[in-house]
Amino acid sequence: MNIALYSATFLALGASFLKDRGKTKKALKKAWKAFENILPELLVVILLVGFVLAVVDHAMISRVIGESSGWLGVLFAAIIGSITLIPGFVAFPTAAMLVQGGAGLMQIGAFVSALMMVGIVTMPVEIKYFGKKATVLRNLFAFLFTFIVAMVIGWVVA
Amino acid sequence: MRYRAFLAALLAFGVLFLVNRELGMEALDITTFSLKEMLMVIPPIFVLLGLLDMWVPRETMVRYMGEESGFKGVLLAFLIGSAAAGPLYGAFPVAAVFMKKGVKFSNILIFIGAWSTTKIPLLIFEMTSLGLQFALTRLLVNIPGIILIAMLLSSFLSKKELDTIYASAEQLNMG
Repeated sequence: MNIALYSATFLALGASFLKDRGKTKKALKKAWKAFENILPELLVVILLVGFVLAVVDHAMISRVIGESSGWLGVLFAAIIGSITLIPGFVAFPTAAMLVQGGAGLMQIGAFVSALMMVGIVTMPVEIKYFGKKATVLRNLFAFLFTFIVAMVIGWVVA
Repeated sequence: MRYRAFLAALLAFGVLFLVNRELGMEALDITTFSLKEMLMVIPPIFVLLGLLDMWVPRETMVRYMGEESGFKGVLLAFLIGSAAAGPLYGAFPVAAVFMKKGVKFSNILIFIGAWSTTKIPLLIFEMTSLGLQFALTRLLVNIPGIILIAMLLSSFLSKKELDTIYASAEQLNMG
């Protein structure tokens, strides 16, 4: 995936450079400026992710969101999913591990959904772009939506 | 000071190390991993954004994804978001450039939603980890969900609030 992204970037950059050097230089300047603007928030997010993931204990999570934990387990799973931010390629093996550890599928549905759509630790970055109100509302709606996901997965899969 | 929160987080790391060395090391490992991930994905995204900003005229973006773009805009927002790579925070700068180029707010939210939940490489990964039925069910619930959240959120924000968001996004990307 990264290779595709980098190839596309280099191709676009090359084409742009051939067409107009000045414009390309300006584009790179803009890219740097936009990156530098968000860098402090990004660094905070990355430190927070490390902190939270180290403190959270996998075995304990499996127990709390077990198959018989019901809606309370779903709520707990949604909360854990909202706080943690795990890159997707780590998230799914983690979820599979939690299921093996005894977590219920409905609860995992809420966990995965919240993990992807709700981001408490990324909120400083989101607020910078969307403002407080839109950020809080988006995360709140996404949080509530995880219960619908859990419900449907409970019907269909579990 | 722009890096105040960063320094506070560093301080928290220091405290974690003092309280529990093992957890501190683990936190450091995970942070290094995320930092690598960020350095892999973020630079090309910003370079592509710079190029998009320079080369694609506002009128084009408005035509395809603006207020009057209808279904076409929704579809494009889904496709661009689903084809993306990288963590959610990579989507926000893209959203800012979209705002600058006059993309409709609900389409931007759909793009964010797609980026977070319907990314194609991740779906394949989800199928192998949690099963086809689980992944497909989640996908089928999430697609209408993303649209619903986008519409709901748009209706909660006034024209004035949207104007403020668009104006500040413009400032964030420019210099």
